[in-house]
Amino acid sequence: MAAKEFDIPELPTYIEIPELTPDVMQGEGPFKAVDEFQNPLGFPGGKVDNWKEVAIEKMGDLKSKYRSVQVFLDSCVKCGACTDKCHYFLGSSDPKNMPVARQDLFRSVYRRYFTFAGKHFPKLVGAKDLDDEMIDDWYNYFHQCSQCRRCSVFCPYGIDTAEISMAAREVLDTIGLGQKYCNQILGKALTIGNNLGLPEPALRDTLLDLEEEVEEDFGAPVKFPLDIKGSEILLITPSADFFAEPHIDGLIGYGKVFYQDGVSWTLSSYASEGANFGMFIGSYDIMRKAALRIRKAALDLEVSRVMVGECGHAWRVAYSFWNTLSGVGAGAQSVDEYALKLQNQLDDRYPQPQHIIEYTYDLIQRGKLNFDKSENDERTVTFHDSCNVARATNMGGIEGGQFILPREVIKAVCNNYVDMERSTIKEATFCCGGGGGLLTDDLMEIRIKGAMPRMQALKQVETNDGVNTLAAICAICKSQFSKVLPKFDFDPYMIVSVHQLVSAAIILDKPQEAIQMSESQTEATDAIEAKEAETE
Amino acid sequence: MSLISIIFTALFYISLFIFIVGMGRKIRQFWITPVPLKIPIAPTPLTQTGAIFKMIREVTLFESLFRSNKWIWLFGFLFHFGLLLVLVRHLRYFIPGDLPEVFLLIQPFKYAAFAMIIGLAGLLARRIFVPRIRYISAPSDYLMLLMLIVIGVSGAIMTFTSNHTDIMMVKAFASGLIIFDWTNLPTEINFLLHLFLVLVLLAIFPISKLLHVPGIFFSPTLNQVDNARKKRHVSSWALKQEKENTVKLEQTIGKDE
Repeated sequence: MAAKEFDIPELPTYIEIPELTPDVMQGEGPFKAVDEFQNPLGFPGGKVDNWKEVAIEKMGDLKSKYRSVQVFLDSCVKCGACTDKCHYFLGSSDPKNMPVARQDLFRSVYRRYFTFAGKHFPKLVGAKDLDDEMIDDWYNYFHQCSQCRRCSVFCPYGIDTAEISMAAREVLDTIGLGQKYCNQILGKALTIGNNLGLPEPALRDTLLDLEEEVEEDFGAPVKFPLDIKGSEILLITPSADFFAEPHIDGLIGYGKVFYQDGVSWTLSSYASEGANFGMFIGSYDIMRKAALRIRKAALDLEVSRVMVGECGHAWRVAYSFWNTLSGVGAGAQSVDEYALKLQNQLDDRYPQPQHIIEYTYDLIQRGKLNFDKSENDERTVTFHDSCNVARATNMGGIEGGQFILPREVIKAVCNNYVDMERSTIKEATFCCGGGGGLLTDDLMEIRIKGAMPRMQALKQVETNDGVNTLAAICAICKSQFSKVLPKFDFDPYMIVSVHQLVSAAIILDKPQEAIQMSESQTEATDAIEAKEAETE
Repeated sequence: MSLISIIFTALFYISLFIFIVGMGRKIRQFWITPVPLKIPIAPTPLTQTGAIFKMIREVTLFESLFRSNKWIWLFGFLFHFGLLLVLVRHLRYFIPGDLPEVFLLIQPFKYAAFAMIIGLAGLLARRIFVPRIRYISAPSDYLMLLMLIVIGVSGAIMTFTSNHTDIMMVKAFASGLIIFDWTNLPTEINFLLHLFLVLVLLAIFPISKLLHVPGIFFSPTLNQVDNARKKRHVSSWALKQEKENTVKLEQTIGKDE
């Protein structure tokens, strides 16, 4: 694709609300998916002839299935509170990137075809026909939303643009206008088991290589088991962790923590993907389809715990949706045979699913891990709250735990930690700019512009506090930052996994024979170790 | 009864009918539409009590709006709070006969009209002068504010200037509407305009953005408890799919289980 020329935004001292520049991000949107990628998901490839009727019908269907869509379409009063909250608006100044204006692309059509006022007085209430121009705007601007939900935090009615954007993408898919990036990846995830299309032998090789490498580097036989039936923990992690930088250093970190804990764990070749792009395209069925692979893997491998690696929207799907979609969770009613089949197998002493950060944090709290924090002394670290973790999940079962736990883990392994400006972290965190199915080269302009607010906050702590490391717990954030950091004159290698920091500092002093021991013996050893830790 | 009184009496019942039926249908629609997924928005409440308190804070204090934009919050709060007090004070007209003594206490609420008007004027000014908000405004957004301002100003004129209306007559008319004992109403232009626009407002309630009033209580991001891991949440249509093992993609990607 002939890359469009665009300016990389300057990093201001403070984020200013830009003057509106209408249509500056107008365009054809990301590459469209052809038959090959559309049909396996049950969507037509290319705009169908009667697309308008199909689209209106789908809108009606969605708003009758999702209360969020119906209520959000009716409730907006156009107060303007959200207008300066979207990182894509702040970075691009295109008014259609203001959350309410983005929603209005959908809402104006809803009003035209579904409301009394819009049917009879369209001009008065800003109702618009669904025409070619409108559907082009949908495709373009609903792929400039990373579904990060920052606007929803600031909306007096909690209106969530992500819900509207998901609905719009589902309508687009239904009429044949799918996004190539997401739908191609979903095809691989639903047939091969991961977004990379890495088949079982390749995955096994990769993991064996990793074992060799880690043993060479750290002198400990850290294992990365695959498809081991009867393991205690099934780890579901984004497939980027298997090969991408800096992700893989995070995977090494998980392996070391498991090794040091002496727990038995496994990956699954059938469900070798944490990321669930079904959420991005808004399709409940496809999202469920991807989630069901994890259920099947958990049942087949007879694990008692399901754990999730560092991935933002994967954790949202796991934490908030898995129990609903596939029964991976707890608290099913006694008549719910479907969920109980799995939940009776899972160990209710642990949260199901559990985040790797929750697991490591818990081990640290119980004194089971020892660190040499000086290993990270050349680093001054700040933490980027990934949008889906921050705004749609929890950790540790305490209020704000999703903010507290990762920071506590970092502080346990690093001496130098600084937070970025308060209005850019925690529930108000700025998206990295590449989430929600936007992590593709054909959307590079919006990715770079959308990264500006995060980069600005990072610049501040770099200047003021000497921050040289940006830690994150999301595969998309890590990939996106690797790409955009140099555009803003940062070191691309400053982005790390939280478990990379853990990996650097953790002391591997687990006696080798412990790994061979049966589980009961391991627990006995644990108890002794715990006592030792207490006496220390 | 005068013709104008008959017209207004009829308008009152028509508007009220549209309001009740329209709102009833809309609330029913919100109520029966399933919520397939847990989507609470941070900062999320972990308990049912927490969720209730969050909703109370949102409805009474506009907590999210306060975090978001202090000016919109200030004007929005002045308007809504002023309106609430003014509405409470208007109850006197609809209660037949002597008023309970508590109404002496709400007498000073008449000054709330100014809070209401100032809030509305501020919101209108922002809509006109802030380019971002002007961009997202449709004609109806301005009209709604103008209508409320005219209602507020015409009411204030009757209360605070010498253009008083015969409030005993108003009371007889208004309480008559409640107990079906219809009488004439005063015919000063201020009063008729005030009443007419209130009736219009009532009638357009179910078909306009005023739906934010019931909407907020149904907003899943605000009213859900963040307990997805502890309690299984499945909507009616999703449960049906699960039971019937609907597999739309079986040719390409294998079956459930």
